[in-house]
Amino acid sequence: MSVELLNFIETVLNGLMSGVMYSLVALGFVLIFKASGVFNFAQGVFALFAALTLVGYQTGQVPFAHLINELFGTNYHNWYASMPNFLAILLTMITMIALAWIIERLVLKHLINQDPIILFMATIGLAFALEGVGDLMWGSDVKVLDVGIPSGGSIWLEEATIGLAAEGSDYYGMYVDVLNIWATVIAVILVVSLALFSQYTKTGRALRAVADDHQAALSVGISLRSIWILVWAISGFIAMVAGIMWGTESGVQFSLSLIALKALPVLILGGFTSIPGAIIGGLLIGVGEKLAEIYIGGYFETGALENWFAYVMALVFLLFRPQGLFGDKIIERV
Amino acid sequence: MRIKQLLIGMTASVIAVSSYVEMAIADLKFPMLVYRTGAYAPNGIPNADGFVDYYKMINARDGGIGGEKILHPECETGYKTQVGVECYEKNKKDAMVFQPMSTGITYQLIPKATADGVTVYSTGYGRTSAANGKVFKWIFNAPVTYWDGASIAVRHILKNNFGNIKGKKIALVYHNSAYGKEPIRTLQTLSKKHGFKLMLLPVDHPGQEQKATWLKIRKARPDNVLMWGWGVMNQVAVKSAASIKFPMDKFIGIWWSGSENDVLPAGQGAHGYKSLTFNAPGTNFQVHADIKKFVHDKGQASGDGSHFGTVLYNRGLFQAMVQVEAAVVAQKIHGTSKITPAMYRDGMENVNLSAKRLEELGFKDFAPPFKNTCENHGGSGLAAVQQWDAKAKKWNMITEYMYGDSDVVQKLIAEDSSKYAAEQKIAERCG
Repeated sequence: MSVELLNFIETVLNGLMSGVMYSLVALGFVLIFKASGVFNFAQGVFALFAALTLVGYQTGQVPFAHLINELFGTNYHNWYASMPNFLAILLTMITMIALAWIIERLVLKHLINQDPIILFMATIGLAFALEGVGDLMWGSDVKVLDVGIPSGGSIWLEEATIGLAAEGSDYYGMYVDVLNIWATVIAVILVVSLALFSQYTKTGRALRAVADDHQAALSVGISLRSIWILVWAISGFIAMVAGIMWGTESGVQFSLSLIALKALPVLILGGFTSIPGAIIGGLLIGVGEKLAEIYIGGYFETGALENWFAYVMALVFLLFRPQGLFGDKIIERV
Repeated sequence: MRIKQLLIGMTASVIAVSSYVEMAIADLKFPMLVYRTGAYAPNGIPNADGFVDYYKMINARDGGIGGEKILHPECETGYKTQVGVECYEKNKKDAMVFQPMSTGITYQLIPKATADGVTVYSTGYGRTSAANGKVFKWIFNAPVTYWDGASIAVRHILKNNFGNIKGKKIALVYHNSAYGKEPIRTLQTLSKKHGFKLMLLPVDHPGQEQKATWLKIRKARPDNVLMWGWGVMNQVAVKSAASIKFPMDKFIGIWWSGSENDVLPAGQGAHGYKSLTFNAPGTNFQVHADIKKFVHDKGQASGDGSHFGTVLYNRGLFQAMVQVEAAVVAQKIHGTSKITPAMYRDGMENVNLSAKRLEELGFKDFAPPFKNTCENHGGSGLAAVQQWDAKAKKWNMITEYMYGDSDVVQKLIAEDSSKYAAEQKIAERCG
């Protein structure tokens, strides 16, 4: 095989892996939008908050330490040296469920039957408030997140592919980050679990019923509020997974909340109501932006196509298929 | 009766407020443009803490500067240029100096501050050609500029290649902003001079995703990579370089890409990564002992005190020290402790931080000596290379402080500043 072709395959592979990371964020958006019609602008901050909380538990940080010390003149920062990963993840999950409950009680409950734009604005407020709470609780330092997921280039893949190039050619194997392979496996498990949960459990069916028609679900005795708490809790869990993956890659810091911006073009492409759409959309965006950066980036003086090319793709899609690849078809009756 | 009481109360409040304002005017105002929130907060916080702790220490130990207390109101910019300009407008009255902490904000403030008669001090960042004091009367960027930085990095590479880098490939991974683009011109000139090939790789804000950039590097296999990054871009770049097994000792960041924050997330992978610096890390300096005694031990540390001695905290100390020293010099020149912004500028232009003076200030061996003059606002142009030891989790200085290629840099500064002077119709000064 020619080196150019191998490089092209490597770019596509890496694009697919990056796409999975985007899909992880987009999944949380889709779940909430399907069940409650709310476009949750705070999903990126959810991922940040979950990652901050996880590191906080892992390292025994005292929540709100800065505030407590300022108010009471104390000097508390840590109450234990470390916590096992499993326990820290479990506690983070419980925190995210509690957060979902608080959001339902304090925000959503009061906005039932409001226009979608009001709910959307509420989630913008929620994003900023949660970011502030995260800062007060855990501080804004860069935190190292290590839950034992390996990272770095896959040596196995490099060695397995080095012989594919023609003899004597300047090629030294294909590169894929092991962390991204793990993210792919976890995303697959997550999607399969979600599909099984919604197909084969009573709660899952109730969730689908609410997603299809709120009024009809209410009329058969499904509690809308319980379902909302459940959906927000699930999306909080997905945010935690996304936070772990992104946080392992870059350290946990406040720019993590901006990964939500990566999910927007994925949603436009895949549709706001489709879980497979979020996955396929992520993959397409991932591959598209990597190919664009590597193969046409050089023709642009300013370069850095990687960030904005996804939006170009989304815009083109919007023109031809506004509901996205798998979104519900928009039918306007006069 | 109630109205009478209300009027008395209001009059008393007005008197109280006016006496406070009068007292405040006598103090020296050093507004701080900070970013303690947002994507760049992990860098902004330690730096701001360094400033605040130093000002608090001077107020507590010396009773202020020449008896005048330092006021240091903070304005949060979030590293956003337009917000930074708003902060400047809000705080410019009676301000001695602005430290924008962003090249983008500095560029916006240059014409404004020049018109308003306010000193801007962009320590080792901002517009490089502002080093030409003949054109930029109110702007200072000592002790070293980005163009010096670019040429010092190339000089280090030259030294490691026995003085010959002809045909070598050097990549610049840069933050796609005014800051990141600053060294390009110098590197292009140096590339012609030394015959190396320059690869330009911009990374958009915030730099969370850089996979394509590092795939390009993996394919092109440059001999060295330079980085002008900030915030999360640094951490992702260091981690990505380690991931593609790029030799870390051939990866050199500018002084804003060389803090503990930038390397810790990559763990052992960051071992050997280099960056330039113009100040030492650590806490073995007299200034730290004084801050501990007069500020931290009294429970008045800025933040939780956890950044004490880190690279960016120490840089904040250095920046604040230069700003305070400018006020001291201004008071001496004009024979009054109650200096005006114009007098302060004179002080900044006559700052002379010799080795002896640095020692007196508690900064012995902390940074190389430098002095400002009417012609030169860019300082000594000296920087050293430090290297990260991932096992010990500390930076080690591996070179002496060295100069860049002054022939190239001075020529570029002269060209760029003359162009600016012509555009703005500024007559050159300094006789």
